[in-house]
Amino acid sequence: MAHSEQEILAGLAEIVSEETGLPTDSVLPEKSFTDDLDIDSLSMMTIVTLAEEKFDVRIPDDEVKNLVTVGDAVSFIAGASKA
Amino acid sequence: MSHPIDVVVTGLGATTPLGGDAPTTWAAALAGESGARPFENDWVEKYGLPVTFAATIKVTPDEVLPRPEIKRMDPSAQYAIIAAREAWADAGSPEVDGERLGAVVSSGIGGIWTTLDGWDTLREKGARRILPMTVPMLMPNSPSAYVSLEFGAKAGAHALVSACASGAEAIGYGVEMIRTGRADVVIAGGTEATIHPMPIAAFAASRTLSLRNDDPTGASRPYDTDRDGFVIGEGAGVVVLESAAHAAARGARVYGRIAGVGLSADGYHITSPEPSGDGQIRAMNSALAESGVAASDIVHVNAHATSTVVGDLIEARSVRGVLGEDSDHVALSATKSMTGHLLGGAGALETIFTVLALHDRQAPPTINVENPDPELVLDLVRDKPRALPEGDIAAINNSFGFGGHNVALVVTSA
Repeated sequence: MAHSEQEILAGLAEIVSEETGLPTDSVLPEKSFTDDLDIDSLSMMTIVTLAEEKFDVRIPDDEVKNLVTVGDAVSFIAGASKA
Repeated sequence: MSHPIDVVVTGLGATTPLGGDAPTTWAAALAGESGARPFENDWVEKYGLPVTFAATIKVTPDEVLPRPEIKRMDPSAQYAIIAAREAWADAGSPEVDGERLGAVVSSGIGGIWTTLDGWDTLREKGARRILPMTVPMLMPNSPSAYVSLEFGAKAGAHALVSACASGAEAIGYGVEMIRTGRADVVIAGGTEATIHPMPIAAFAASRTLSLRNDDPTGASRPYDTDRDGFVIGEGAGVVVLESAAHAAARGARVYGRIAGVGLSADGYHITSPEPSGDGQIRAMNSALAESGVAASDIVHVNAHATSTVVGDLIEARSVRGVLGEDSDHVALSATKSMTGHLLGGAGALETIFTVLALHDRQAPPTINVENPDPELVLDLVRDKPRALPEGDIAAINNSFGFGGHNVALVVTSA
């Protein structure tokens, strides 16, 4: 089932918040996972794994490096869940 | 002759079935409380567990730790980090070069919740759903590694595994790190989080657990004639060890000293203790020899005594074998009667109890002993704490583990 970008952002913010302890309202589309949210590669892979389950999508490993910002991840998941 | 480098205890931390910190746990032990409670879940109905209770942790980590820490640590590491933070703060957060600070935190079994949760996830959802933190959470050195990370302990981070002797062996190794000059300060202890239906079923299968389901708080009864096995517990105990010189230089409060460490193996059977107690006796003798403490100075023994039919008496005879007539003035305490058996955490928690017993001059009670075993050849402290003498006093803390591991620590008053 497809999710709206707003739903994806909210769901992703919950996952990131659980992983990092940051408040959900700090997880904004323009934020960089590494530079702004201080997420290391192991945490990023945890977020990817949880997001795949939550949104029922597949995020290939070689796609993860392209997901620089939260917005990049939202767009990718939105595109993948339409397919 | 005692060792030239004196190792003292300057910080204590614990989270146990009796309380969320060391002072609460100690007060509950002196008051003779039991940490055993019935399971509040469907394990018994669902899996047919023959045991319906355990000594579960009193303050759960989700009441103490932030959510991200809960998610990246197995419960065994969560307990360890809670106890380590308390011990470190209790020691006054010593200023020490990271390369002179060690971490030795053991678990007897490791991250078994993580291992089994991962297996459940794999079977239900497939490989893609296994979380990347699974390996760093299940590895048995995880508690030690997290303590090392938290405090910047770079002299070495170790996790010695010897089943139910692990926590005492960790403290013994911490002492050795200081005595061999590798560190000035070591955060040392043990932890366990094994109250999951699979290991409980497995311990029950080995016929070592008490089946006194109608009386959980009365089930752990070391040296009682009706004892029928141990009560599984969970939690952690952590101490800050320090060279006496380092502690004195910073004006630290000293609770007591770990004067001697004795280690041996039975080389006899994978689960049964060697009947003559030879291995236990060798461990106690070597701890005494290293400590320079005379048998006549030992006023208290915190027994390993898990409440099994065979094990309790072998240990009592071994203590008498080592101390001879001097065992007549030894106050013997079996604190697992209250805490249950913390497995890899037990030896560390009982070291804390031993240190505090000497410090406060009070041997903790052994509860639930209605009819002392007539073969018990020692003076058991029952129901209420017993005053210990003033002046320089010493005690032995014994810890033994499946596999024939024997650890004896000689503790002396500050």
